[in-house]
Amino acid sequence: MTLALYVPRASLVHRLPAGAKLLCLAALAVALFLLPTLPAAAGALAGVLVVGLAVARLPPAVLARQARAVRWWLLALLVVHALTTDLRTGAHVALRLLALVLAAAVVTATTRVSEMVAVVERLCGPLRLVGVRPARIGLVVAMALRFIPVLVERADRIRAAQAARGGSPRGVRALRTTVAPLLVQVLQMAHDVSEALDARGADDDPPRRRRRPAPAEASP
Amino acid sequence: MRFRRPGTAGAPAAADVADPGRGIELRGVGHRYGERVVLDGIDLTLTEARVGVVGANGSGKSTFARLLNGLVVPTSGSVTVDGLDTRTQVRAVRRRVGFVFQDPDAQIVHPTVAEDVAYGLENQGVPPAERAARVAEVLERYGLAGHADHPAHLLSGGQKQLLAIAGVLVMRPARIVFDEPTTLLDLVNARRVAGLIAGLEQQVVVVTHQLDLLDGFDRVLVVDGGRVVEDASPGPAVAAYRALMAGR
Ligand SMILES: Nc1ncnc2c1ncn2[C@@H]1O[C@H](COP(=O)(O)OP(=O)(O)OP(=O)(O)O)[C@@H](O)[C@H]1O
Ligand SMILES: [Mg+2]
Repeated sequence: MTLALYVPRASLVHRLPAGAKLLCLAALAVALFLLPTLPAAAGALAGVLVVGLAVARLPPAVLARQARAVRWWLLALLVVHALTTDLRTGAHVALRLLALVLAAAVVTATTRVSEMVAVVERLCGPLRLVGVRPARIGLVVAMALRFIPVLVERADRIRAAQAARGGSPRGVRALRTTVAPLLVQVLQMAHDVSEALDARGADDDPPRRRRRPAPAEASP
Repeated sequence: MRFRRPGTAGAPAAADVADPGRGIELRGVGHRYGERVVLDGIDLTLTEARVGVVGANGSGKSTFARLLNGLVVPTSGSVTVDGLDTRTQVRAVRRRVGFVFQDPDAQIVHPTVAEDVAYGLENQGVPPAERAARVAEVLERYGLAGHADHPAHLLSGGQKQLLAIAGVLVMRPARIVFDEPTTLLDLVNARRVAGLIAGLEQQVVVVTHQLDLLDGFDRVLVVDGGRVVEDASPGPAVAAYRALMAGR
């Protein structure tokens, strides 16, 4: 399983600051809703493809994968609008969604997670005033991206182990027999991960703030 | 000998008063989880460059290893690293003592290789330019340079463990504790990790069930029932361990 992830290339799009790219994405979304016409949606889609494939030189498969993920949505939008209003509106709404999904894919494929996380941390900066550490929020985002594939893999392994011993439950029962052992593994892993974070200095004083002069520290 | 100058490999210590020559000292150390006594009566001074720890499952090896960098604090006695107490100066201790776990998946916390290696340096407040240089250097040294931007979950098991080790080495700890670093690896990768460990300039403490990993070590401890029952060079220590296990 792969989440849309960074595709390294030496391109202008890659070099653009993450904040600027996210701003462009937001601006595109706003513009497409303020300008609800079929040519606007089609033009945006063409623009996104040019930026993604020609300028950023992303492999077409990266974008195709994202498009495939939303294909049923697109089809449903098209059909529902064609039946309730007209085909042109359906095409417009579907193209608009596709353009935005692909634009988001271009941003994620050209931006390192650490840069994205830095933007999230900056946006969460004001929370410092109420005692929240923005770096912690950034870590949570990064860890979610890191561990989703790990969990999927563990779930697959549990299902494979059960199948190897003749169990091949379906439906709700399958959910139950997979979820319980997965939960046990997740809790064990959470403990291991927290130890690893500790060992790598997760509870060190955050950078940029002055270190407390006294070496005396309480153990966590 | 290498272990005489571990301070040179260490990160610039905070406001601690480390005495690099002292090594890891355990004085009357015991540990219990609730009622259960897991370690008892341990008195040791570890200054050798290569220290191995062997013992049966559940004998207390991992608990022992975790004591050495303050992941576990003893319920009796004290553990100090270069004079720093793991109970009261745990952050300074962890900067001096790196820790590598058995399961690399639990140690990699960022989605891509370079980002994960940089993580510990961010915690230390290393400025971005220096961080990037140090990450690149470590990735190069451990054959991961071509994978800098790869998603960590697409690496092989051996590469993941190398990444986990790189993430610790980049922080330049003066000493490193490994808890079964090769258990989940195939023969080729286990050999690579063993070779890597052998080449480290730091003091190294390795807990392992793979006895050939201990070739060339200076000192091997055999742990049984929470006590150190043998403390010798690898030959006699491994022989004692085999004899102990044969009697079971
Ligand atoms: N967090 C804990 N809470 C309660 N008991 C624990 C905990 N961690 C370990 N133990 C117990 O302490 C004993 C020693 O565990 P430890 O993990 O140190 O053994 P080990 O020598 O590393 O074993 P292995 O070779 O299987 O890794 C075991 O009986 C274990 O069940
Ligand atoms: Mg263990």
